[in-house]
Amino acid sequence: MATIEQTNEVGAPASRGGSPGHDPHATATGVTNLKLGMWLFLASDCLFFGAFIATYLLYRGRDTVGVGPKELFDIPFTSATSFILLMSSLTMVLALAAIQRNDIRRLRIWLLATALLGATFIAGQVFEFTEFNREGLNLTTNLFGSSFFVTTGFHGAHVTAGIIWLMSLWGLASRGRLTQKDSERVEIAGLYWHFVDVVWIVIFTVVYLVPQPGPTGS
Amino acid sequence: MRLQRTRRAIHKRWWIPALATLALVLNACSTESGPKNHQNSLRPEGKYAKQIDNLFTPVLWVAVIVGVGVIGATIFMAIRFRRRPGVDVRPKQTHGSTPLEIGWTILPAVILLIVAVPTVSTIFDLDEKPKNPIEITVVGKQWWWQFDYPKTDSGKAVVTANEMHIPTGRDVLLTLEACDESLPNGQAQADGSTSPGCNVLHSFWVPALAGKRDVVPGRENQMKVHADEEGVFLGQCAEYCGLSHANMRFRVIAQSPSEYEAWLESQREGPAVDLAESDAEDLFAARFQCGNCHTVGDSGVSTYGPNLTHIASRATFASGYYELTRSKLIQWLMDAPSLVPMQSEDCRLGSPGTIEGAICVGMPSFTNNTPNGDTKKYPDMTRSEAETLADFLLSLK
Amino acid sequence: MTTVTGALTTARRPFILRRPMKTTGVSSWFTTIDHKKIGIMYGSAALIFFLVGGLEALLIRLQLAGPNGTVVSAAQYNELFTMHGTTMVFLVGMPMAVGIGNYFIPIMIGARDVAFPRLNAFGFYVVCAGAIFLYSSWIPGINGVPNGGWFGYTPLSDTPMTAGFLPGHGPDFWTIGIIMLGIGSTTSAINFIVTILNMRAPGMTLMRMPVFVWMMLVVAFLTVFAMPIITVALIMVFFDRSYGTLFFQPAAGGDPLLYQHLFWLFGHPEVYILILPGMGIVSEILPVFSRKPLFGYAVVVFSGIAIGFLGWGVWAHHMFATGLGPVAISAFAVSTMLIAVPTGVKIFNWLSTVWRGSVQLTTAMLFSLGFIAMFTIGGLSGVLHSVVPADTQQTDTYFVVAHFHYVLFGGLMLAVFGGMYYWLPKVFGRMLNERLGKLNFWTMLIGFNLTFFPMHFVGLYGMPRRTYRYDSGLGWDVWNLVETIGAFIIAMSTLIFLTNVIVSIKLKRGAVAGNDPWDGRTLEWTTSSPPPEYNFADIPEVEARDAFWHDKYTEDDEGRLVPLPSGGADAGGGGGQQHHIHMPSPSFYPLVMAAGLIPLGYAAVYRSFVWLGIGALTLLYGLYAWAIEPATEPEPESAPARTPEPAV
Repeated sequence: MATIEQTNEVGAPASRGGSPGHDPHATATGVTNLKLGMWLFLASDCLFFGAFIATYLLYRGRDTVGVGPKELFDIPFTSATSFILLMSSLTMVLALAAIQRNDIRRLRIWLLATALLGATFIAGQVFEFTEFNREGLNLTTNLFGSSFFVTTGFHGAHVTAGIIWLMSLWGLASRGRLTQKDSERVEIAGLYWHFVDVVWIVIFTVVYLVPQPGPTGS
Repeated sequence: MRLQRTRRAIHKRWWIPALATLALVLNACSTESGPKNHQNSLRPEGKYAKQIDNLFTPVLWVAVIVGVGVIGATIFMAIRFRRRPGVDVRPKQTHGSTPLEIGWTILPAVILLIVAVPTVSTIFDLDEKPKNPIEITVVGKQWWWQFDYPKTDSGKAVVTANEMHIPTGRDVLLTLEACDESLPNGQAQADGSTSPGCNVLHSFWVPALAGKRDVVPGRENQMKVHADEEGVFLGQCAEYCGLSHANMRFRVIAQSPSEYEAWLESQREGPAVDLAESDAEDLFAARFQCGNCHTVGDSGVSTYGPNLTHIASRATFASGYYELTRSKLIQWLMDAPSLVPMQSEDCRLGSPGTIEGAICVGMPSFTNNTPNGDTKKYPDMTRSEAETLADFLLSLK
Repeated sequence: MTTVTGALTTARRPFILRRPMKTTGVSSWFTTIDHKKIGIMYGSAALIFFLVGGLEALLIRLQLAGPNGTVVSAAQYNELFTMHGTTMVFLVGMPMAVGIGNYFIPIMIGARDVAFPRLNAFGFYVVCAGAIFLYSSWIPGINGVPNGGWFGYTPLSDTPMTAGFLPGHGPDFWTIGIIMLGIGSTTSAINFIVTILNMRAPGMTLMRMPVFVWMMLVVAFLTVFAMPIITVALIMVFFDRSYGTLFFQPAAGGDPLLYQHLFWLFGHPEVYILILPGMGIVSEILPVFSRKPLFGYAVVVFSGIAIGFLGWGVWAHHMFATGLGPVAISAFAVSTMLIAVPTGVKIFNWLSTVWRGSVQLTTAMLFSLGFIAMFTIGGLSGVLHSVVPADTQQTDTYFVVAHFHYVLFGGLMLAVFGGMYYWLPKVFGRMLNERLGKLNFWTMLIGFNLTFFPMHFVGLYGMPRRTYRYDSGLGWDVWNLVETIGAFIIAMSTLIFLTNVIVSIKLKRGAVAGNDPWDGRTLEWTTSSPPPEYNFADIPEVEARDAFWHDKYTEDDEGRLVPLPSGGADAGGGGGQQHHIHMPSPSFYPLVMAAGLIPLGYAAVYRSFVWLGIGALTLLYGLYAWAIEPATEPEPESAPARTPEPAV
């Protein structure tokens, strides 16, 4: 919904009596309302993922039943999808650079590329989930199953929302409704996208890479 | 002059309710006060509860003095500086004062520091493991307390309910558990066994003997109690644990060491009357299948419901809410949920946790809620049947 | 006017309803994005739920009036105390503060609106959706009134229904409902922060802001950081209960204490989310009716911030009986004592504000002084809880019930009532009756103390909380009866307040307020009562703290107050210049989007794809339309420019 609020000019009078020379677009902090609002949302979301990751860490190695990370994780595969997601941050930067110099054709290409890379990541996650499920891990198997699926699942939901967001920007751009002066909209979407990437780096490190105290497999 | 007099008159009127309130507060809060209900934290009857009370009382006095000071100041200022009609007071505009701010930052900090020192030392004191204690395991179940006395050199284990016996003058170390083999819904393990099922949170509280300690499933909390004199002390679950939380009471019976030993020895014995030899056998075992949740043959096993092997030796039943009388027991046998609300609809004739789709916590009614209307399979209890069962149970000294 | 880029005319926006343009009339309330109207709606909703929660409290008190009460059943009692707590915290305390903040923050900082007007409306409707969803559980046949307590401790609340710990859908409605309310609070908190940081009038530096605005800023930050934590905990509870995850299932190794840590990591900041607005309100009222500036403004502000920070380090004092070990417990005991210091500092500063002032004992002032006295009692009993061994006797007893009612009712609600008497004249242009007001105050104070002071005693005498009955012969009977009588006096007092509002405002019997009925100090008193839609014809230029006071008064050499000749007072007047003030346009979509949440809630509880479809379509349509329509509809070229009347 952050694509929408474009209201830092709320109530700006057509002619501001009393303070000529005062820029009606200026804010007290110098950051636009939209961007400040987005930063606050992301700060809030940090604690959202923080709480999930903390739960995962607390429950590491507590299981006595079911399959665990040692049997399931395919680090090369997940590294590849993580790399793909990381690359999408790069294309996101390029998309923003494109709209800032009013290059709408490149903007569309890079937006689409970002969304596609994100979708590839999600596809990888879906594959991973089904694979784990086939090997006997589901939400109810053990604490690892519960905390792994819910933590990464909510991250996946964030990425999916981001893809929808990027695609709607792409749709607007395709119909010529996104021009240079709307670059902030892309920038806000980019903030969100980079944030989701960074969260994945943390999840990938903490959940996949940090050595697991092994549960007894069966 | 006139103005001053009115002001003084108002002061006088103000002090009457203020003093009355103060007297009330002090009377209510001073040590050794309040009802002698054996559940009063202000009338401690054991050394640990007394230690808590000795810490609480002086801090309470500090709080009362500060509170009376602040509230008195508020009332005083409201009267002293109030605007009078026709008098245009133009007060001096004070914006702040650094020395004052520093002063009233440091003052409460110092008071709290003085409070913190004995607080922390008492925390560590109370946490210290007692030497050579009696050990009892307390199991919190919905909605009653089970007390397990472990096997010792001198005899076998004892499981009892609602009434915990302890010797006077000796530390008792309680291990608080909410997971127990007798509870349903344990997790299947890799080696084919099943982990103990777990109940919800409870909190073990005997105000006259100790502060409360939560019973946390999956953890083994410990606490110590100590009774100075013989007596009966009331306790109650203090953590919300569902429907009948309010009824989850118990009592601690402190006896002289010799009486305590005698009690424990009597509990270790087999039942006073053998079920097989009583006329209640068919009712208990087959017709109403009481054995799904209870036992009357072995005082050493933990069952889903209270162990009834020595039920007649207890003064209370029904999670300690009712005195054990024949009439109450008959009422209970026929329709327990009417005495203590329980979630036991549709759970007659089934082991706990095994009935498909049934929500089953507590003792069912044997006169209401017959499942499926199948009266042959799920018979209703007649009064004479209940009397037979009650007489049998009351013979289990 | 190209305020919004890419703006489309209605015709070019597919599937979009015609933009509502009316700003008056009943229908305009559903589409309004005016922060003042939204503030009024928040306040009204909070007041309605105060009555609902109060009714629940009366039933609880009736049940406990004597031993072995039979007014309600055990199951109903458990539902009542769960809903009473949930209602008072999430549907009264928070929306009330947000309502007052919504109305007055922009005016107090000299802004025309909040930063995100539509998001503001959305936040309100989400709170409404959450409230409707929660209370819909009482519809017969739904069998799902929350019954696990407002704290929803696990494993009672997260264990699947079939285990029978809690029957019905209660915890499901509770978790989903609170998650919704959390979304609403978070949006409004983000809105407040951006508004306060970005939209202050020229010269309104942070250290010139009214203390109320400061406290709301701290509250908003606390909300932004606390809400996601409870959301996660509730998601895990919901998944445990509905999808069989094992987060808090001890048999599988899950830790019920983790839930308590997460809950109180949210729950303790939540306490300050509730009480800091009250402190802010009182900090506005005391100076006005003492004719003195707030003593130690900077210290009051910084102690508020300090409380906000320290509030994150004390959560485990709600868990002293859970067996955390002596080291952790000692640390939390000390941090809890520490937080009493900034609180005490505030009380001393308030008293110094009144000291040697010219105290006008209006109803608003009486409530504020009552706040100081009652909050002090609540604070001191809080200090008693930091004495851990004593707390193990007091926690989960009526002593704690007394403590937090002294903080939240004696603190927050007395301040809110004071704030109503102080600010409603600005909101509706009519004064409330002072005679009824004083009756309101004294009955409230007496009823409140009769209800809650004896709870200290019965708690210490051994009466646990959340018990639907108690046996006779324990010495609790008399005090419980007194408490019930007190509760009915509070109810009577509330009726007096409602009568006052209806008679004075609705029936227009109250005196016309005028711009500045109290000789106020801050910007809201420079504009008309009620303020125009755009708040100020001219954005005020602020040169000092208490900006309006400096237009009216100065100090002589001894520091005594001296009135300035009149004429300097019309700071916001604007001298009759004609302005064209274009405000953001009303919108349907905040309401539409929020309405989509209710079916989504049912979809989660009942795992129904029909509800999911209805909810998702409504939500997505609202989102789409919201994204397509501009914040401000361009005005037709021919429209006559609105000419505001001078504000003064």
